[in-house]
Amino acid sequence: MIAAHLPALQIAIPLIAAPICLLLRRESLAWAWATFISWVVFALAWMMLEKTLTGGAFNYELGGWEAPWGIEYQVDAVNAFILLIVAAIGAIVMPYARASVNREIPEHKRGLFYTAYLLCLTGLLGITITGDAFNVFVFLEVSSLSSYALIAMGRDPKALTAAFQYLIMGTIGATFILIGIGLMYQMTGTLNMADLAKRLPAVEDSRPVLAAFAFFIVGVCLKLALFPLHLWLPNAYAYAPSVVTAFLAATATKVSVYVLYRFVFTIFGQSFSFDVIPLESILLVLSLAGIFAASTVAIFQTNVKRLLAYSSVAQIGYIMLGVALVTVAGLTASILHIFNHAIMKGALFLCMGAVYYQIGSVKIEDMNGIGKKMPFTMFAFVIAGLGLIGVPLTVGFISKWYLITAVLERGWWPVAVLILLSSLLAVIYIWRVVEAAYFKSGDDEVVVEEAPLSMLIPIYVLTGASVYFGIETSLPVETAAEAARQLLGIGG
Amino acid sequence: MTGSIAIIAALLVPLIGVLGIVGARHKPNLRETVTLVTATCLFILVASLLTPVLAGGRPSISLLEVLPGLSIAFEVEPLGLVFALIASFLWIVTSVYAIGYMRAHHEKNQTRFYAYFAVALSSTMGIAFAGNMFTLFIFYEILTLSTYPLVTHSGTAEAKRGGRTYFGILIGTSVAFQLLAIIITYFTVGTLDFTQGGILAGKASDVVISLLLLLYVFGVGKAALMPFHRWLPAAMVAPTPVSALLHAVAVVKAGVFTILKISVYIFGLDLLADIGVREFLMWLAAATILISSIIAIRQDNLKRRLAYSTISQLSYIILGAMLATEAGVIGGTMHIAMHAFGKITLFFCAGAILVATHKTEISQMRGIGRTMPITMTAYTIGALSIIGAPPMGGLWSKWMLGMAALEAGEVAMIGVLMLSSLLSIGYLLPVSIYAFFNTPDPQNDGKPVFKEAPALSVAALSFTALGCIALFLFPDPLHHLASLIVAPVN
Amino acid sequence: MAWLGHFNYWIFVFLMMAGFYTVIARGNLIKKIVGLNIFQTSVFLLYITMGKVAGGTAPIVPEGGSEGVVYSNPIPHVLILTAIVVGVATTALGLALIVRINEAYGTIEEDEIQDIEESGDKKERAT
Repeated sequence: MIAAHLPALQIAIPLIAAPICLLLRRESLAWAWATFISWVVFALAWMMLEKTLTGGAFNYELGGWEAPWGIEYQVDAVNAFILLIVAAIGAIVMPYARASVNREIPEHKRGLFYTAYLLCLTGLLGITITGDAFNVFVFLEVSSLSSYALIAMGRDPKALTAAFQYLIMGTIGATFILIGIGLMYQMTGTLNMADLAKRLPAVEDSRPVLAAFAFFIVGVCLKLALFPLHLWLPNAYAYAPSVVTAFLAATATKVSVYVLYRFVFTIFGQSFSFDVIPLESILLVLSLAGIFAASTVAIFQTNVKRLLAYSSVAQIGYIMLGVALVTVAGLTASILHIFNHAIMKGALFLCMGAVYYQIGSVKIEDMNGIGKKMPFTMFAFVIAGLGLIGVPLTVGFISKWYLITAVLERGWWPVAVLILLSSLLAVIYIWRVVEAAYFKSGDDEVVVEEAPLSMLIPIYVLTGASVYFGIETSLPVETAAEAARQLLGIGG
Repeated sequence: MTGSIAIIAALLVPLIGVLGIVGARHKPNLRETVTLVTATCLFILVASLLTPVLAGGRPSISLLEVLPGLSIAFEVEPLGLVFALIASFLWIVTSVYAIGYMRAHHEKNQTRFYAYFAVALSSTMGIAFAGNMFTLFIFYEILTLSTYPLVTHSGTAEAKRGGRTYFGILIGTSVAFQLLAIIITYFTVGTLDFTQGGILAGKASDVVISLLLLLYVFGVGKAALMPFHRWLPAAMVAPTPVSALLHAVAVVKAGVFTILKISVYIFGLDLLADIGVREFLMWLAAATILISSIIAIRQDNLKRRLAYSTISQLSYIILGAMLATEAGVIGGTMHIAMHAFGKITLFFCAGAILVATHKTEISQMRGIGRTMPITMTAYTIGALSIIGAPPMGGLWSKWMLGMAALEAGEVAMIGVLMLSSLLSIGYLLPVSIYAFFNTPDPQNDGKPVFKEAPALSVAALSFTALGCIALFLFPDPLHHLASLIVAPVN
Repeated sequence: MAWLGHFNYWIFVFLMMAGFYTVIARGNLIKKIVGLNIFQTSVFLLYITMGKVAGGTAPIVPEGGSEGVVYSNPIPHVLILTAIVVGVATTALGLALIVRINEAYGTIEEDEIQDIEESGDKKERAT
């Protein structure tokens, strides 16, 4: 019974749980409920990935309505993997959230916070699982609206302006996507992704399809914060509550990347996207520019959360670079980096959340000597930071390795050099934090305690994962390779 | 089987030592005992590998496979064994020295110092025994990371600046060049295992192979080939034991060791001899030898002068590798050992002078030989060994390198070696002359007082000085081991 | 004059550009939201207009069968109902944010907010 309705449950459970969460008046109950739901969602996502890896892709007709008429959920290795990432991050972040939220968010808003979180989770999962183009837009707005609200709950008044800026840019992006989907519907008369993929080639030379593609790509790139459409991201991540930053940084942009994969490869098809339209060179240039520009800007940040946010923009560049390669190896690297980056960035932002919890600031100058006062938190930060740099035995190294091998396979030598040079920028910005934390002495009279265990355990789960999957690589690598093959329609 | 256990033990013993050191942090005597015991155990372990390797065995162990064909594996071969033997042996001596130095100098955070020192030694063992380029790269990076806190030990602004240069150049070159070279190698050959005769021959075009050689040689920033040498003088802000063991032995030798290893086991000497850019790198090494010698003459700070001397001497070994002959490799390997003993003695002396008289500049050291006769005698012995004068061990490695240059038909290189010896006389011996033949500064009342550094430090530096002489008298075991590197496998 | 035949699309394009321009060019946050609304509404019109069939009626099956009846495509209408809901939610959230911004900064002019934020940064650096 459960097995048959897995895809529907995946969405329905958090969706129904959200209003219930609102009704639970006590903050502790709301938190327990949201945590419980996150774990259920994680278990479901795990079961679904197992199912796709053993039994292949499968469809689910929502409410029993048949495909072109009803909304269909399509699950294959690609989105099952993304679902797992989103659900896993949610499940890891929630136990951490209690202490952090109690410190950062006024009591009467905490119930709302968990409700908005569940809605955001629903939206992200929905975008990933659905097989209907318009449904993508709806879930995109569900997740976006709830994340605007979540970001606005930050303590700094700048969180409000950041959320507003994000709202404007996010809505523009979503509306562009809506225009793209509308034009596609106009030309094909269908919204089902599989159907769209079948019918689009017949009309692919027409101007509305070209316009649809352009609107869609720009809209999605806004949502996934591809340089130079990333302007909303740094402030939003910097001033949002710590839990929100960790959750969104690890999931939100990644899901948008998935949408891009789905439309570019499955729906429009590789030949249209890359032969008719020079998407390859556009993405290549923008992702490289993004990697360098954002990493450089990150070096000069004084707020560590902002620094990490700029680093996220740079990391999106690596992910998109893999897409620009249009090979199985490139896409594998790209999907792998989604997974790896989610782990590393999640861990880093959680560390910063713990620092904020204890000293009420994440400015570099306030973190002088924090390495001695919060040794466990900062050790995790160093390990995850090394991953971001791409040091061997961490996940970051595996991503870079795959990306560079893929780039070499295409014979793009200079790009390989640029990727490695960009790692040096990561060395600088991570090292600035490490230097402040360990090699500058802070005010010894201010007593700072280590973060509570409820925060440290999630931090170490993610940090441990960043090392574990850097050594035992088979699960993410094989899944990513399988997903890449399916996207490009090669093999099974 | 016992060989593979010894390898793992060699990596773990220093790490276990770290636990002991941290555990005994409130009892300095116990902590230093732990360090000494650890160092001794390590040396015994490494020495136990000597018998199987001399018998032609290659103890090895493979730990885990990260990606297909990319595993963490170890294999002991003669070159690595030479390196491991020297590093682990000198660790004992340095620990003895450090106890005297650190206490007399009232350094802070001594526990951190000893702990990171042990981590650095563990990663040095990892480099020495690495069975493939990937494993070597990992430990190479760990070595950089673990020595950074040692370089910035004093925590002053100058130390931090030095630390940044150190870290920036070493990480920068390794990530930008070495890692790229590794990935390209893996991409073209599909393996990174160190194999007798090399793995690249016939696998890639000349252009790619030339590019790889450049990337590898420049990627090993620890070898301090110009223009990537600036980290070494910068690292001199570290406490002297660090400069002595790490920046005369472990770290810099890890660099040239890597270059030798790559030359022999990745490229193979036959292939290497055919690569056009090899010639260029050889000349670059020659230029580094001469230029840094000239810079050394102009340094007034003793440690900086020694640092530039190290840069110059390291390029001897690079030169040996780039000659692409068996004699060159043997000479280079021997020079690793000879230079290690000579230079560590010199650094020990510089530290002893600092502790006893608080003097760092050579111009302040007039007449110091009368107050510190043992130290300055040891200094002179070390200096003569670096110069390559008999009766010191340094003679043999220079001899071998000269022979190799002749054999390779590179007569100009012999000229470089001769000129460099003259230059090294010019920058090393004046210190002795200042110390022994000049009268002390008048403010010392003109009355020389016998005031040596702490006894433990003096013992250590006398011991290494004697080592230089011993290596002159008994170079054969070393030569034998080095010649096994290029001997055909039976 | 063939392009006049597509006047409904011209209206869409005009509204879209007008809305987009307002979002970008106006510094007043309320005006930005108004622009965003116009921008979104233009897309609603695009959907509605593409569903319209010339001479078509409402898509309701008349008594006596649907033989020969031309009706407009209902799906875009349904979709747009959803999109309108999303639009309303966005507007509500945007306005709520503006209320909070006004409470925090005492203004809803973008440049003034920016000045306040920057002077806050400077003050922080000075202390």
